[in-house]
Amino acid sequence: MSEIAAAHDDHHDYHPSGLWRWVTTTNHKDIGTLYLWLAMIMFFIGGAMALVIRTELFSPGLQFVDPQFFNSMTTLHALVMIFGVVMPAFTGLANWQIPLMVGATDMALPRLNNWSFWILPFAFAMLLSTMFMDGGGPAGGWTLYPPLTLQTGNALPFVIFSIHFMGMSSIMGAINIIATIVNMRAPGMHMMKMPLFVWTWLITAFLLIAVMPVLAGGVTMLLTDKFFGTSFFNAAGGGDPVMFQHIFWFFGHPEVYILILPSFGVVSSILPTFSRKPLFGYSSMVYATASIAFLSFVVWAHHMFTVGMPLAGELFFMFATMLIAVPTGVKVFNWVATMWRGSMTFETPMLFAIGFIIMFTIGGFSGLMLAIVPADFQYHDSYFVVAHFHYVLVPGSIFAIMAAVYYWLPKWTGNHYPERLGKWHFWLSTIFVNLTFFPMHFVGLAGMPRRIPDYALQFADYNMLASVGAFGFGFAQLLFLYIVVVTIRGGEKATDQVWEGAEGLEWTLPSPPPYHSFTTPPVVR
Amino acid sequence: MKRPPRRTAIRLAAVCVLMLGFSYALVPLYDALCDLTGLSGSTSNLTQAMATAPETETVAERQVTLQFVANVDHSMPWDIRPDQFEMKIRPGQTYQTVFHAYNRTARAMTGQAVPSVAPQMAAPHLIKQECFCFTSQPLDAGESVEMPLIFKVSERLPETIGTLTLSYTFFDVSQTSGTQSG
Repeated sequence: MSEIAAAHDDHHDYHPSGLWRWVTTTNHKDIGTLYLWLAMIMFFIGGAMALVIRTELFSPGLQFVDPQFFNSMTTLHALVMIFGVVMPAFTGLANWQIPLMVGATDMALPRLNNWSFWILPFAFAMLLSTMFMDGGGPAGGWTLYPPLTLQTGNALPFVIFSIHFMGMSSIMGAINIIATIVNMRAPGMHMMKMPLFVWTWLITAFLLIAVMPVLAGGVTMLLTDKFFGTSFFNAAGGGDPVMFQHIFWFFGHPEVYILILPSFGVVSSILPTFSRKPLFGYSSMVYATASIAFLSFVVWAHHMFTVGMPLAGELFFMFATMLIAVPTGVKVFNWVATMWRGSMTFETPMLFAIGFIIMFTIGGFSGLMLAIVPADFQYHDSYFVVAHFHYVLVPGSIFAIMAAVYYWLPKWTGNHYPERLGKWHFWLSTIFVNLTFFPMHFVGLAGMPRRIPDYALQFADYNMLASVGAFGFGFAQLLFLYIVVVTIRGGEKATDQVWEGAEGLEWTLPSPPPYHSFTTPPVVR
Repeated sequence: MKRPPRRTAIRLAAVCVLMLGFSYALVPLYDALCDLTGLSGSTSNLTQAMATAPETETVAERQVTLQFVANVDHSMPWDIRPDQFEMKIRPGQTYQTVFHAYNRTARAMTGQAVPSVAPQMAAPHLIKQECFCFTSQPLDAGESVEMPLIFKVSERLPETIGTLTLSYTFFDVSQTSGTQSG
C-alpha cells in the first residue's frame, strides 16, 4: 500500500527491514506489536491445552489422555495464560498506548524495552519444551506447592528458570513504564490529568516490582530444596511446606490485580467515548485503584484458609478481603454512572467493555462468597473456585484486552475493522464463555474437586455443557484472529479521531501514527 | 525529556533487589512468628514455656490421649519406634516413656529427631522436660538404644482437645554431627 510513501517520509531514519527490524527494534510501537502477537500465539497454545482438558472432561471416565498429562495440561494452561497471554498483552497495550497517551516520543528506556520483550519467546520455548521431557511437564498445579511439585521430573529446573525469565521481563517492563510515566509526560500533563489507562498501569507496575522478586525468591527456594539439599519447605529438615504457600500468595494475590487493574483502565477509556460523556468520578477511580493495590498486600492468606490458621488470622483475612469490595464497587458504580443518560452507541469495543462490567461483577461476587471463611471450607479447591477465577480472567481480563484491541486497532493500523464481524465475535464469545463457566459454579457447589481428570456421574451433564461451551469459545477466537489480520491488511480508512466521542492525545495523531510520534511535545490544555 | 529516566530506573531496580531479599527474610520471619504463636506444631519455644510455667500447676481431673509417631527421613536407614504408641494422661502430671532406635547399617551414624505436635493449638501446651530431640544421637553400626522422653501436658490445654499427637522425624546428620538442629 503506502510503503513507498512511508519510506520516503522516514528516509532520514535507519530502518532495517525484514525479520532483523523486529529483533533490533527499540520503537515502542514495534515492541507493542511484538508483545501483542506473542500474546495472540500463546492464547491459542493455552487455549488448545484448555480444549485437551475439556475433551477429557466431556464425559466421566478416563478416555483420551492419561492423568499425569491431564495434570500437566492444567498446570501449563494456567502458566501460559497468566504469564504468556494476559501479562504480555497488557504490556503490549502499555507499550503502544502509554507514550501516545502522555505525549512522549517513546518509552523512557528503549533498549531495555527490546530486551524485556525478547526474553519472553525463550522463556516460553523453555516452558513448553518441558512437555517432551522425561517425567513430563510440571503437573503439580501452577501454584507449584511443595512437596508435590518437587516430585516433578527433569522439567522442574526448566519451569523454574522460565519463571525467572518471565519475572525479569515483567520487572524490566514495569521499570520502563514507571520511568516513562514519571519522566516523559508532555508539558501540562499533570498526574491527575493522565488517562486512567496510564494510572492503572502505573499502579500495576509498582505491584509488579514489589511482588515478582518475591515469586523469584520462592521458586529459587524450591530449586535449592530439590537440588542443593536445603530444607526451606521440608518438614523433616526443620522447614515448613505451608511457608511456601505464604510466600507464593504474597506474590499471588497482588499478581491477580496485576492481571485486572489495566483492564479497569481500558474500560475507563472506552466507556466515556461511546457514552459521549466524561468519565464519572475520575479522582475516585484513581484512589480506588490505589486502595485495591494497597489492600492486595494484606489478603494473601484467603487463598489458604484451610491450612489451619488461628481464628484471629482467618477473621483478619476475611474482613480485609471483603474490604476490597468497597473500592471495586466504587469503580463499578462509576462506570454505570458514566453510561447513565449518555448518548450510547454499541460498537464492538463498547460491547466488550459492557460485557466486562457485567461478567467481571459476577466473578467479583463469587469472590466475595469465597472470602467467607466458613463457606470457603466447602468451596476450597472445588470447581466453584475454577468458575470464580475464570469469570474474572476470561470475560474480565481477556474481554478487556479484546475491547482495547478493537478500540485502538483503527488507530494503530489506520483501518477500521469489519464492524459486523466484530459484533459476531462478541456475541459468540459471550454466549460460549457463559456456557463454559457458569455450570462450573453448580458442579463446584455440589462438590466436584478441581484438577481431576475423572469425576462422579452426577456431574456429567454440566461438564458436557461446559465442554461444548469451551469448544465454541475456542473456535470463536479464530474469528478474532481473522478480524485482526484483515484489518491490518486493509479496510475502510479511519480518521484521526477514529471514534466520534474519543478524547485524548492519541486521537490527535494521524491514523496510523507516524513511526516516531510527538517528536515535538504536544500542548496539554 | 524533562528528567533523566535512568535515575528512576536505578531506584526501581534497587526496590526489586530489596524485595528479593524480603522473600528470603520471610523465612526467619515465618519461623519467628511460628515460635511466638506455637503455630505449625513448632515446639522450639519449650525452654521459655518451661520457665514461665507456674510451679503451682495442679493435676487436672480429665484424661487426654497422647499418641506417639516416629518416622525417618527417606535417606535415613534407621528403625525408630515408640515404646508405647498411645498413653492416657492427665494434664499437669509428669510422665516418662522411651523410644527405640536401631542403626541397621554397617557404619556409625548420627541422627537427629525433629518434633512436631498436632493439633497445632496443642503445641505450646506439650512441655518436654527431657527429650532425645534436644541433642543429636550417635549410634554405632548395628547398635540400638532406648531414648528417654520426660514430658507433661499443661493443664491449660484447651478443653476441646482430647487427643494429641507427638511426632518425631529422624534424619541423618552424620556429616554435620555436633551441630544442633532446629
